[in-house]
Amino acid sequence: MSLWEYANPQKFMQTSAAVLPLVWGLTVLSLAVGLVWGFFLTPEAVNFGSTVKIIYLHVPSAMMAINAWVMMLVTSLIWLVRRHHVSALAARAAAPVGLTMTLIALVTGAIWGEPMWGTYWAWDPRLTAFLILFLFYLGYIALWEAIENPDAAADLTSVLCIVGSVFALLSRYAVNFWNQGLHQGATLSLDKEENIANVYWLPLLICLAGFVLLFIALVLVRTRTEIRARRIKALVARERMA
Amino acid sequence: MIPDLGKYASAVLSSYAISLVLLAGLIALSLWRGAKIRRQLEEVESRRKSDG
Repeated sequence: MSLWEYANPQKFMQTSAAVLPLVWGLTVLSLAVGLVWGFFLTPEAVNFGSTVKIIYLHVPSAMMAINAWVMMLVTSLIWLVRRHHVSALAARAAAPVGLTMTLIALVTGAIWGEPMWGTYWAWDPRLTAFLILFLFYLGYIALWEAIENPDAAADLTSVLCIVGSVFALLSRYAVNFWNQGLHQGATLSLDKEENIANVYWLPLLICLAGFVLLFIALVLVRTRTEIRARRIKALVARERMA
Repeated sequence: MIPDLGKYASAVLSSYAISLVLLAGLIALSLWRGAKIRRQLEEVESRRKSDG
């Protein structure tokens, strides 16, 4: 079995229909456990007070904002190199999910920033890179909507995705590149001393898994919709020609 | 039932409310559009079958 089999829309529809109930089930379970545990059962932090509970939304959404763009980059490159339509449609399907994740990260970050830094917004390297990433998501979605020819739209949005990847990377590594700004470094680290306290670590890990699963479920649902919409266009075009 | 969030209650609760509304909206829109497009495809395919 090869990964490229899923470039066949029929094979993708069959497989995604089979796995979606399981993915939705695991999504609901992990988000419910992670968020309830994090919100109700973890203590206040010494530095952050009860605002530490925002971490269960802020960190997973920020992680998925970047990873959604990385997924779009991979599928866009597959489209440019191998011309698999499902790949281009999966990138298109992921964009609104990534946009929502970026918005959640920005909003929860601003709300968290006010009591901690005394301001909702600062032109900090990581915050600014995230804002630019948000604008790239908007531009990417607008470009798909603006171009009638689907192959031309896929080509141009793929190029935009490659350009925007610089900001997706900066969103992650800006703190390391420019050692300045208000935002702290990585929340999760392999280095035990840098990592967050154990009491917050496990519910956060479950929330991270929940957001990853939610992303997969939504991308599968939305890619199936895009494939069906493309088939409708093709059938209507055939009817008109007949 | 809700834990004592102290002076940061509004920040924590508004973060959760906004995030959950955005996520619920995204899920609802994705499922609604999916169902609408599926119905449209079924209509087009049944029309093609009936037209031979």
